[in-house]
Amino acid sequence: MSDLVLRLPTRQAGGREQRSSWGQNNLVGYLFISPWLITFFLFALIPIVLSFALSFTDYHILRGWNYIGLDNFHRMFFEDRRYWNAVRATVKYVVFAVPLRLVFALAVAMLLNTKRRGVSIYRAAYYAPSVVGGSIAVAVMWREIFARDGLVNFILGKLGQPSVWWLGHPDYAIWTLILLAAWQFGSPMLIFLAGLKQVPEQLYESASIDGANGIQKFVKITLPLLTPVIFFNLVMQLIAGFMTFTQAFIVTGGRPLDTTLFYALYIYRRGFETYEMGYASAMAWVMLVVVAILTAFVFWTSSRWVYYEAQDG
Amino acid sequence: MGEMETLDRQTAASLTAHSRAKRSAPWYRHKTVRTLVYHGFVIATTLAMIYPILWLFGSSLKGPNEIWTNQAAIIPNEIRFDNYVNGWRGFGGISFSVFYKNSFIYAGLGTLFTVSASAVVAYGFARVKFVGRRFWFGVMLLTLMLPVQVQIIPQYIMFSELGWLNTFYPLLLPRLGGQAFFIFMIVQFIRGIPNELDEAALIDGCGKAGIFFRIILPQLKPALVTAAIFSFYWTWEDFLTPLLYLNSPKLYTVSLALRTFSDRSGQTDWGAIFAMSSLSLVPVFVIFVLFQRYLVEGIATTGIKG
Repeated sequence: MSDLVLRLPTRQAGGREQRSSWGQNNLVGYLFISPWLITFFLFALIPIVLSFALSFTDYHILRGWNYIGLDNFHRMFFEDRRYWNAVRATVKYVVFAVPLRLVFALAVAMLLNTKRRGVSIYRAAYYAPSVVGGSIAVAVMWREIFARDGLVNFILGKLGQPSVWWLGHPDYAIWTLILLAAWQFGSPMLIFLAGLKQVPEQLYESASIDGANGIQKFVKITLPLLTPVIFFNLVMQLIAGFMTFTQAFIVTGGRPLDTTLFYALYIYRRGFETYEMGYASAMAWVMLVVVAILTAFVFWTSSRWVYYEAQDG
Repeated sequence: MGEMETLDRQTAASLTAHSRAKRSAPWYRHKTVRTLVYHGFVIATTLAMIYPILWLFGSSLKGPNEIWTNQAAIIPNEIRFDNYVNGWRGFGGISFSVFYKNSFIYAGLGTLFTVSASAVVAYGFARVKFVGRRFWFGVMLLTLMLPVQVQIIPQYIMFSELGWLNTFYPLLLPRLGGQAFFIFMIVQFIRGIPNELDEAALIDGCGKAGIFFRIILPQLKPALVTAAIFSFYWTWEDFLTPLLYLNSPKLYTVSLALRTFSDRSGQTDWGAIFAMSSLSLVPVFVIFVLFQRYLVEGIATTGIKG
């Protein structure tokens, strides 16, 4: 009864508000989002437009600019060998690091998706490398681990193996960075774990009754139900992979022979070391377009392999 | 806990006894064996995972000889703090106390700005019905996928025109608008808060601002804590922005200083590099241990990368 009494005026108030304060709501709404809106215009939208404009110039921070049409793009695609080195290094990194990271993440998530004791401690331990993963400290540590007189070679020496110059060898250097990325599978692991918890227990039970083994259950139940989470992780990790900068900057510096010169690192070198900001802007815009196309492609193909439960629709 | 455990053991025992009595299953199918194998495997792999970090901390406590002769060990034969004393001196006459002060200013103010602005903006998106709300929310989500590389060059030119190179303005000002990840996270959280309280406050004559401060904000605590932790991490570990804008060593943050420090001292003083690297991870791990639950839930529910 008291509920009813209380609710009646509420509804009236709500109705009155909807009709009379429409304009006021607009004002209030924009006032609340104004911090974001202002910084979005100043530090995102205007810079993006400007960098598009810059990519048709030879802007140099000290020398000013001239309009040069498509010269930057011509130079990039047809003249600049280092540009293609950067593309090659980035693609190789993304192609190996992203799937490795996701496979580790899923495998460990499945391992931890149990009601055994101590799981939360294990989860924290697996996540620990990721919590410090982006730090300079870990990048510096990685460089020392794979240095010529570093930890890995020390252990190899103890085992009677010859030491390897991991960071100086064109075939091996990039693998130290891929390994570093694979080591930090914590975030996708936690997201997978949350996804696995959503899979109804009964599905596995009825599958067991039907005599399905572990692999069959994984392929027929776990994987299909997990595709939305896999999809999400894939998109986020792809984007992050293409933008990798700090690790390469610290651990290898793009060497040897540009084999670890990741795209973002090359943009930095052109933009902030030789100050060819027009050229760097053109490269950044190509990256934006490629990332957009890739993301759109993943979204587009997702309808074929992402399984969404038939719900609200 | 204790009761549960004994109960568990009893059922386990009776189950094993039962199966043994029926038709003995092979030994590796027994529950205790499988539990042992599980824990053994998981402990071995987690140790391998965290070995490099433990090694870093351990090595920072080794003496100048042991760091070479006993390189792979986690626990030094003799614990020495010389590396920390040497490392703390820093370089160019500037000690790490300056770098830590700078980092705490950047991470502290940056987090404060980011989280408070994100909460205000999120409330606008979640609770006020204004024209263009869906559009701007969509735009905000799109910015999540935007490579920073398309923004940093014009930003740099803008800030240099303003004469703000080598100041903290370029690092802190953009944070006054919040960050898309956190706005999204807090919007999701506010949507889960029932509307009745808002409406009651409306009758009592509360405006939208009043509702935000009196009703919503007090309930946002878990979301704000999660946002604050991530914001602190990302700012503490941020390298690119300080690298672009801070040129004089007096303004260096810890990450920037670590990079210069490790380049300058090169191969000569690994111990000091290890010590300063370890030290820079301490705030991160302290927060990780204290707020682990918030972190795990934050990532699981919003898909934030760590």
